[in-house]
Amino acid sequence: MSWAFLRDLLSGVNKYSTGIGRIWVAVVFMFRLLVYVAAAENIWKHEYDEFECNIKQPGCENVCFDHFFPVSHIRLWALQLIMVSTPSLLVVFHVAYRENREKHHNQKLYKNPGKIDGGLLCTYLISLILKIGLEIVFLVLFYKLYNGFKIPRFVKCDIKPCPNTVDCYISKPTEKMIFLYFLVATSCLCIILNLGELSYVIFKYSIKCYLKRHMKKQQ
Amino acid sequence: MDWGALHTILGGVNKHSTSIGKIWLTVLFIFRIMILVVAAEKVWGDEQDDFVCNTLQPGCRNVCYDHFFPISHIRLWALQLIFVSTPALLVAMHVAYRRHEKKRQFRKGDQKCEFKDMEEIRKQRFRIEGSLWWTYTGSIFFRLIFEAVFMYAFYFMYDGFRMPRLMKCNAWPCPNTVDCFVSRPTEKTVFTIFMIAVSSICILLNVAELCYLLTKFFLRRSKKAGNSKQQPNHENKEETKQNEMNELISDSCQNTVIGFSS
Repeated sequence: MSWAFLRDLLSGVNKYSTGIGRIWVAVVFMFRLLVYVAAAENIWKHEYDEFECNIKQPGCENVCFDHFFPVSHIRLWALQLIMVSTPSLLVVFHVAYRENREKHHNQKLYKNPGKIDGGLLCTYLISLILKIGLEIVFLVLFYKLYNGFKIPRFVKCDIKPCPNTVDCYISKPTEKMIFLYFLVATSCLCIILNLGELSYVIFKYSIKCYLKRHMKKQQ
Repeated sequence: MDWGALHTILGGVNKHSTSIGKIWLTVLFIFRIMILVVAAEKVWGDEQDDFVCNTLQPGCRNVCYDHFFPISHIRLWALQLIFVSTPALLVAMHVAYRRHEKKRQFRKGDQKCEFKDMEEIRKQRFRIEGSLWWTYTGSIFFRLIFEAVFMYAFYFMYDGFRMPRLMKCNAWPCPNTVDCFVSRPTEKTVFTIFMIAVSSICILLNVAELCYLLTKFFLRRSKKAGNSKQQPNHENKEETKQNEMNELISDSCQNTVIGFSS
């Protein structure tokens, strides 16, 4: 079980997406997943070992690290990637349900089980809204947990058992900040793509609906 | 999910590339991505652990390391490779879009569609002309820009391509100017120069491919202009058919020589 599973999942979703949806999948693969695995993971690998406080008091470093990093950036990033890819599963399940129904009744109930119309359109719209919502939730979480997207070179810590206020130094803060900004930029790009796709799908199908009604009236 | 997935994605693009494009892809995978994964990552693996400063002051080492290496060489290269590979996706998307259109034509039972079945459409190799030429040329142009930007960023951030043995640091909380020693500076210099050299070769290949595409474009245009003035239509068709056959033969010969499987 690894990121390859997510990759296969997204490749499966690609089949039922619109053009913008496919661009979104490509952006998630190349700029988020690949950057995470190839570059970002290694930066945060030894973050705990390299976190150093100006004190010999045992336990002080542990406590301070835990206070300033309740959930590590890299774990939040991984959670975000997984959560944001999951709503696409709703579409896959719905298509599988349609195909199952056709098999069960042994007759052609839908013109094309994979085409986005009727109930599948609602599922697709819900998955898009969920994706946008989850992206925004994670960005806000990042912002609130770490007071912005900056990583300071050192933090001042005075939690017991640290005897006074001690200086604790974070490893590779500049590199971590660069990759955090990269994460925020790609997140925003994905939000824009999803919003674009949402407007496109709503626009396309309202035009279709309007034309159908217009034709019916004429008849 | 790793560089192997990138290989699968780009391997598909290989079918529709020119010969120089295929050489570029080979250079990218063998001399850059493979070297990065197999060798360079191990050289930079212990970079902060073995970065030693001549002081016992806690925090001094962290701060000095962060000051001298805002972003590690290895991460810059990984980002460079990802950005440089991305324009090829544009070509892959355009080809997929054309294939989709052909499939739609085939399903509608269009008389103009010359394919017998879906398999033929899936296996068809598109020639680089028309709008695909613009997409392909655009992707090479973006590749060039990304390569140049990253090389400049490298040069700018590290004041050249040499890794010094010793760095003098006086950032707070270091008490005075302290000497900090980089681990494996010679090996890192060697790999940096190697990666820069291969990057330059890739830039040259991209420039050559761009020139080749532009030359082909202008030759085709002047041929069309010349042909439409002189000869009637049916002779034209025979000549173009012969040209197409010649191109297919030469391309299939190139395929067997380079042997890059998609």
